[in-house]
Amino acid sequence: MKVYEIKEILDAEIICGEEFLDREVCAACGSDMMSDVLAYVKEQAVLLSGLVNPQVVRTAEMMDMQCIVFVRGKQPDQGIIDLAKDREIVLLSTKETMFASCGMLYEKGLRGGR
Amino acid sequence: MGNSITLHYVVPGDDFTRAGEASGSVKRTLKDLGFSPETVRKVVIALYEAEINLVIHAGGGEIDVEISPEVVSIVLADKGPGIPDVELAMQEGYSTAPDNVRSLGFGAGMGLPNIKKYTDEMKIDSTVGVGTTMYLKVYNN
Repeated sequence: MKVYEIKEILDAEIICGEEFLDREVCAACGSDMMSDVLAYVKEQAVLLSGLVNPQVVRTAEMMDMQCIVFVRGKQPDQGIIDLAKDREIVLLSTKETMFASCGMLYEKGLRGGR
Repeated sequence: MGNSITLHYVVPGDDFTRAGEASGSVKRTLKDLGFSPETVRKVVIALYEAEINLVIHAGGGEIDVEISPEVVSIVLADKGPGIPDVELAMQEGYSTAPDNVRSLGFGAGMGLPNIKKYTDEMKIDSTVGVGTTMYLKVYNN
């Protein structure tokens, strides 16, 4: 699945990384607990989170994740956006909840990665 | 072969937003040196968890990284409170992190188990009231 498909499925707003929307994403992980993300995700993945702080971007950076989706309409601050731009990570924000977002992506064929 | 690179980082203890700077820097260095994605990932996940621990538990510390073609060796040293029972601290889910750390996405008692999972060698020397030194090795494959 491409990042722009995720944007469309979740009717998400692009916060940064518009130039990377044609990246391929192989798996998804939904979590507010970054240690769980570090423990379980292995493939080129998108991270869905209700947590909004710089460590979400840093966790994605360590895991080579292509894209972060903030759920429930949450908006990162400028420091988080600047960090994501520097690390070339796409940031999206959707009004959907975590549960609904994961379900919508799963329904369209995206899986958990393990 | 035989050449090695050493890196040194000072991790401040009071700035959670910067936790991960050292791990990101090591990651970029390993990628630039051509290490396999698998090796890079193992090193940076373990190092990132350990760096977070320095900030959460120890009031900061220092990280030394030695990179050779065969192995990445990391030493993390702090002058924090020490770990009274290392075996207990290694159990998944055991945590002494305060609630504000959980709200930041860490502190679920997965840090040390994650470090063990992703490294080939892990050794902890800790003395209560003096500090903790952790030795990590990841072999390149």
